[in-house]
Amino acid sequence: MSVTTDSSNNDNAFQRFFRAKRGHSPFNRMLIHLALIISSIIAIYPVLRVLSVSLRPGDRLLSTSLAIIPSDATLNNYFVVITEKDFMLWLWNSLAITVSTAIIGVIFSSTSAYAFSRWRFPGRNTGMLFLLATQMIPAAMLMVPIYILAVKLGLLGTYRGLVIAYSVSSIPFSVWILKGYYDTIPRDLEEAALIDGANRITAFYRIILPLSTPALSVVFLFNFMQAWNDYLLARVLLANATEIWTWPLGLQALQGQFQTAWGQFAAASIMVMIPVVALFLYSSKYLISGLTAGGVKG
Amino acid sequence: MDSLTLDVVVRSISEVGGTVAFIVVGSIILELILFLIFKVILKSPHTLPIMLLGPAAFGMTVLIVYPLLWELNLSFTNMSLRRFGDKAQYTWIACQAKPENINFWLTDCLFKNYVDVFRLPVLKQVYFFPVFLRTVLWTFINMVFHLVGGTILAILLNQPIRGRGIYRTFLILPWAIPQVIAVLAWRGEFHFEYGFVNLMLVRLGLEQINWMTDPFWNFAAMCIVNIWLGIPFMMVILLGGLQSISSDYYEAAEIDGASGLQQFTNITIPLLRPVMTPAIVLGTIWTFNNFNVPFFINQFELETSDILVTALFRAAFQYNRYGFSAAFAFIIFIILLLYSIFYIWISDGLKEVYE
Repeated sequence: MSVTTDSSNNDNAFQRFFRAKRGHSPFNRMLIHLALIISSIIAIYPVLRVLSVSLRPGDRLLSTSLAIIPSDATLNNYFVVITEKDFMLWLWNSLAITVSTAIIGVIFSSTSAYAFSRWRFPGRNTGMLFLLATQMIPAAMLMVPIYILAVKLGLLGTYRGLVIAYSVSSIPFSVWILKGYYDTIPRDLEEAALIDGANRITAFYRIILPLSTPALSVVFLFNFMQAWNDYLLARVLLANATEIWTWPLGLQALQGQFQTAWGQFAAASIMVMIPVVALFLYSSKYLISGLTAGGVKG
Repeated sequence: MDSLTLDVVVRSISEVGGTVAFIVVGSIILELILFLIFKVILKSPHTLPIMLLGPAAFGMTVLIVYPLLWELNLSFTNMSLRRFGDKAQYTWIACQAKPENINFWLTDCLFKNYVDVFRLPVLKQVYFFPVFLRTVLWTFINMVFHLVGGTILAILLNQPIRGRGIYRTFLILPWAIPQVIAVLAWRGEFHFEYGFVNLMLVRLGLEQINWMTDPFWNFAAMCIVNIWLGIPFMMVILLGGLQSISSDYYEAAEIDGASGLQQFTNITIPLLRPVMTPAIVLGTIWTFNNFNVPFFINQFELETSDILVTALFRAAFQYNRYGFSAAFAFIIFIILLLYSIFYIWISDGLKEVYE
């Protein structure tokens, strides 16, 4: 039976806890499955609806049907979005901004986290507390000064403003995660290298960075997702510069014209969603271990 | 109409590339300056960590510390859209006549914006305290559902049954979808005639609900969406916690004859605490500060659905009261700070995290 192999492969505490009472009675198992199936349906139904709307032909957008795949399904909305709308431009803008900011963010936070992890310098604890405190700042709070500063510096409606703002905004969280990860790497490794005549920079670059690849990829992914999914900062800094709109701004505009463009909104959403969701699901294991290594030690 | 042409691609690459180059060159110059100051002049033993921190610290100073200080200054001024252009046009709030007493000077000159947050409507009609109470209610409802739902699902997923991986993938989906898309899609589904929520209500023989215009149901819609969005995070964190609990505790408890419920309350809950505490603190702050859900569900229509952060955004960018909204922002920040200090002090749960 699969149940026995399951529990011996993965014999963790909670399963033992339930061993006595779970009893593997078919009825209990069915109840568990039933609860999980209902929860899964609640979790995925809204997403399936988006898919369903995106497949509807233009004249049946406002239908009261609840079928997932409409009987007269068509990919027309996808063609319209790709060829007639600015969708590809929005995606391109998002991609260009997001990739560059994620790379810069990872570089800066990886070196800062190393300093926090290995040295006790004056102001270190204050710095860590400051990083924690930045997590409490409501995003909308910094928008007023950043907007006014961007206007004064001429950064409103440019890629430049967004790239700089995104690169910095994810640093605190990245530093926390990376510092937690570096702390788990034994110092002996670097000390051995130092005895062999390497300097700190070489040790960092040759030993710490390669060993931290999982955490670095988590941080890259996190920075990427944060910038990719951001609406607020883009809206404040890009405003009416439609030629550099990122996709969240574009999709909101599409969704705004509910009557005419709902199908197009849905098609565009599906196209944005699929790569991001695939990436997320693929990396979710690392994401979680990265998150908990930074937040909760041990 | 703008479209994606080769021209656009080249232009954007050069602008983004230029920005990256600017940041790189800036960091190198910064590192040289730091090296000169700390190594050559001060001969400090901390030169290397300071240099490692340099670029990030500089960036955070320019983009977080400086704007915060600037905003603090702004919160004492009368700046609004009308006085936007010229620096000289907005000033610290000055009293016209000679202040009669110190209290008057404090409430009507120096801290006028701060006092106004409490004594004037923060938007057109709503006052601070109703919005604040709504935000607390919003945070509370969401956190309760997130925790209860997340715990139940984590326990279910931890059972030895077939297909756990598939269930996990499905259940994690609301977290994986970009929030903007999820919330905008939900907004569409709350449409009176064609959204699936009302369609289902009708099939069940119930009345359709005015999700967009009825204040109560609009708030309910926000809560439904955010609960749907937030449960997977809690579920995943708690599942990780459950799997890290050593089985020895349960064996010992079983030998001592503890019941399942006793084991749950005396072993599982206390041992989940190190995972739960940061998750609750972070979750509360995120929910309290959640911008996307109230903003996109409501989209500047009902003032009665605003929570503090969306009200703040509206005061700043719809009504353009910059000085006032700066003061408003600091009040929100202080509330959050007090909450966090209180919670950390009570639970002692983040002690580990500091070191």
